[in-house]
Amino acid sequence: MSEQGTNRVKRGMAEMQKGGVIMDVVNADQARIAEAAGATAVMALERVPSDIRRDGGVARMADPRITEEVMKAVSIPVMAKARIGHIVEARVLEAMGVDYIDESEVLTPADEEFHLLKNTYTVPFVCGCRNLGEAARRIGEGASMLRTKGEPGTGNIVEAVRHLRQVNAEVRKVVAMSEDELMTEARNLGASYEFLKEVKELGRLPVVNFAAGGVATPADAALMMELGADGVFVGSGIFKSENPEKFARAIVEATTHYQDYRLIAELSKDLGIAMKGIEISTITAEERMQERGW
Amino acid sequence: MKRIGVLALQGAVREHMRSIEACKAEAVAVKRPKDLEGLDALILPGGESTAIRRSIDRCGLMGPLREFAETGKPLFGTCAGLILLAGAVVGYEEPHLGVMDVVVARNSFGRQVDSFEAALSIKGMAGAFEAVFIRAPHIVRAGPSVEVLCEHEGKIVMARSGQFLGCSFHPELTDDHRIMEYFLNMVPPAAEALLPNDSIYSKV
Repeated sequence: MSEQGTNRVKRGMAEMQKGGVIMDVVNADQARIAEAAGATAVMALERVPSDIRRDGGVARMADPRITEEVMKAVSIPVMAKARIGHIVEARVLEAMGVDYIDESEVLTPADEEFHLLKNTYTVPFVCGCRNLGEAARRIGEGASMLRTKGEPGTGNIVEAVRHLRQVNAEVRKVVAMSEDELMTEARNLGASYEFLKEVKELGRLPVVNFAAGGVATPADAALMMELGADGVFVGSGIFKSENPEKFARAIVEATTHYQDYRLIAELSKDLGIAMKGIEISTITAEERMQERGW
Repeated sequence: MKRIGVLALQGAVREHMRSIEACKAEAVAVKRPKDLEGLDALILPGGESTAIRRSIDRCGLMGPLREFAETGKPLFGTCAGLILLAGAVVGYEEPHLGVMDVVVARNSFGRQVDSFEAALSIKGMAGAFEAVFIRAPHIVRAGPSVEVLCEHEGKIVMARSGQFLGCSFHPELTDDHRIMEYFLNMVPPAAEALLPNDSIYSKV
């Protein structure tokens, strides 16, 4: 007797990613570079977030051909993105056997009101969040892993820092609260009472939480680990840099040894030019990907 | 108190440390060669074996880990950890540590959507063990010195060879600490008594 798609199996898969770096790739060659650099998984997509931002238009699930090629090229897990609320894109990715689906604000949302009911799938999901309420709602729908949103495709760490600090501060607050204050906090956050009780009992989130959206350098990755992330997603930061192999290796190593500052100094030498990056205040509210989803 | 190291480069490190502590032993995170000093045993946790391997090489840990194995102290590998211990890995020319006399195949049960939980019957253990398999490997061939401790669907998923213990699944993801207790019992009591901070000494 065996049972697939249980919470332990889906959340456990994310536990195995801890301390690792998950890299965005758009073809098999990039996937092989990521694997060789020590990525714990790759995210197969058609365009990295900075290109999506530049090109505009509607961003959708990648051509299944790309995802398949990436799955054939590497032995590490392959993740892929579906649009928020796009039931069929998610089911297609599940049918293709991708290892994790990112219901992602990087793509243009298919539904502005409802996210996917992720606990009806066998494949596990990762979702973005900016605060504990958003984290609670995604876990309530069945997300098995979280990532703070940051602002994808900017190469600017400021939003990733803001969101990770926000989530962790709210977790600490809940843990310190007395039990009779939890219901009011649940109402204020838009989180379920049961979820907050679980956070209080565990002393942490019930699922793994990675940082995402703006990591461009080894020091950025180490910063997110320092602030309590379980690992990092790097989107445009690697393959939009001058020397992807070197950047990928350096970011992996800085994530593992995030408190070894001499090492991070060494890793950061002669890396070449990082992705250019965008100042957040120059992006209008409507163009901010983090505002997608609720 | 027994001092048990957990290779802490990537993966389910925290869970193993919790399990060690639940069994009343001291857990030590191992990131550098010097962290291996004074350990009675070492656990190689689940994670991504390719990523952990890169990290082992970059930290200069491969030599020290093999030397640790040569001292005869117990090593326990779960999932990716089993792949690291194996004498050979199907489809790869070279093993990683290559210290345990088994041949292991990666991702033997399919991709993540095929990952599963199952109640296992483990040799010498009363009652079922709830096991979580995640993109799990299995032991394809076991050498003559190897004692097979559990099979699932005709595949070897747990085995011991002298000082080495390996399993395909993740006992650290459950609250059942019987496999950890089994592993801690592989540490010879004499080695424990030699530790200066052992309770026998502290009473003197």
